[in-house]
Amino acid sequence: MLNARNITVSYGRRDVLHDVTLTAAPGQITAIVGPNGSGKSTLLRAVTGETAYRGEVLLNGRNITTLKPWQLAAVRGVLPQATPLSFPFTVVEVVRLGLTSGVTAAQDHLIPQALARVGLTGFGGRFYQELSGGEQQRVQLARVLAQVWQPVENSQPRWLFLDEPVSALDIGHQLQVMQIARDYADTGGGVVAVMHDLNLTAMFADCVALISEGHILGQDAPERVVTDDLLSRAYRCSVRVNTAPLRGTYLLPHAATMAAQ
Amino acid sequence: MAVLSEIIPAAPLPGDRSHTARTLTGILLAGLAASCLLSLAVGASGASLWTALAQAANGHELSLRDSVVLFDIRLPRTVMGALVGAALAVSGAVLQGLFRNPLADPGIVGVSAGAGLGAIAAIVLGGLLPAAIGVSLGYYLVPIAAFGGSWVTTLILYRVATRKGRTSVATMLLAGIALAALIGALSGALIYVADDAQLRTLTFWAMGSLAGATWSKVLAAAPLILIGMAAAPFLARGLNGLALGEAAAGHMGVPVQRLKNTAILAVAAATGAAVAVSGGIGFVGIVVPHLLRLASGPDHRFLLINSALLGGALLLVADVISRTVIAPAELPIGIVTATIGGPFFLWILLRRRGILEM
Repeated sequence: MLNARNITVSYGRRDVLHDVTLTAAPGQITAIVGPNGSGKSTLLRAVTGETAYRGEVLLNGRNITTLKPWQLAAVRGVLPQATPLSFPFTVVEVVRLGLTSGVTAAQDHLIPQALARVGLTGFGGRFYQELSGGEQQRVQLARVLAQVWQPVENSQPRWLFLDEPVSALDIGHQLQVMQIARDYADTGGGVVAVMHDLNLTAMFADCVALISEGHILGQDAPERVVTDDLLSRAYRCSVRVNTAPLRGTYLLPHAATMAAQ
Repeated sequence: MAVLSEIIPAAPLPGDRSHTARTLTGILLAGLAASCLLSLAVGASGASLWTALAQAANGHELSLRDSVVLFDIRLPRTVMGALVGAALAVSGAVLQGLFRNPLADPGIVGVSAGAGLGAIAAIVLGGLLPAAIGVSLGYYLVPIAAFGGSWVTTLILYRVATRKGRTSVATMLLAGIALAALIGALSGALIYVADDAQLRTLTFWAMGSLAGATWSKVLAAAPLILIGMAAAPFLARGLNGLALGEAAAGHMGVPVQRLKNTAILAVAAATGAAVAVSGGIGFVGIVVPHLLRLASGPDHRFLLINSALLGGALLLVADVISRTVIAPAELPIGIVTATIGGPFFLWILLRRRGILEM
């Protein structure tokens, strides 16, 4: 389990998150959604230990502040929004950075597997810096997957924390990446993802945390959070949620009518 | 260097250059051995390494003159050249990994200048130390002071140039200029108050060459240089992670703060000791790692060791050139390395014009 309790994050005097509580279960995709600047990325950075916070974050029952960096890295991988790279590494070398135990030849077989998983077989010899933004993002995902390849180890679930994993991707690769997250959760791992696209969220997430202005408006199954009322309040615009003919829900912004402030 | 990848058979995984890098380590080891022999064989006196070796093989005693030339003049110079070259190249590679950009060189960003200030302070003010401390430190006083100077400089530089885990290249270079100016002023003030004997010592030191190499100098510098370089293998994985930024490195299990502290100490120790015994020899720290990244990639697990080998070999060759070009006089080695390094630096800038926007 991931239990983040009473998380408050301040930048200077301004509170970006107020007393937020977030729970995520292994076997599920937990999506954090909300408007720009609502604090969703900050929440992810807090629960991964990247940003200083007040409150308590327990991962698999252990307070993350008591874990060494390499102990944390053994149970969870983090995919940032964008990753600058300062030296000309090849794609294979970037993915290898994710292999935790100091890169042994025995683990190198994971590199082509991870690249195949994100659909980049044959890209291994290319220079990372020469790839498109979307390809770079998938290389980074392959690196994070290589770090925590087995979703369950020593009967403990492992975790993927993804910060807008599909924002730079076309629709085909969006579905591919979400399917990777789905498979990871289905085989026992936990996935926590900051999402921008509400349709993809409704399609893939098991649990949605809706955040607005540093507060959680609701955390529950998508059909109870992705609703006209809650979304309209969070995003301050009129939103209508519909049901697709084949499966699941989809929504459309309602003629861009801004709600009265 | 491009030819190298054609000689060496392709790795099983395309894009995996670790095989190339390992082979390169072997080649560089041989190259370092060869340049050591070259450095021993060439010199102003007619003493011949080959004759000496032949005599030794036949069981003959070496003449006193040959023995002094080979073992007390050339050998310490060779050892010191290899150590200083390795120290400067590894320092460059570690600094570049730490600052995440290929232009960080101990000479360019003021770390060498800081070491120089420490050395000057030790020479000028060393006499003011309580006798007990001065005597017990002995030959080590100057290297340790230089280590202190380069450590403080590197710390200040890192503080100024890095914000929220990101280093601005422009800020780093400008901070280096500002620090160098301040250090120059302090050094000038110290030189101003120095007496005649100290000025003589300072002048010899500032010439920046391996010419004054003696066994006592080698022994004074070797411990710090070796300590600094011994830390390098433990830094390699962390510096690799740091290439993705501090946050990503932390998520990958790198203890970032400890890595930075260790890297700064290692650079300060190796650069400080090297500068203390050889003065300022520029550009080794930028040329060597850059060539190696072109040849076999930026993976620090191989880059650091290969930098040590190539740095040692390159400085020995530069020293041989400096000894022979205008023999029997000597060209200061700093002139040789700057003649190669200056244009090289410009070439990097031309190839990667966007580098300052990083």
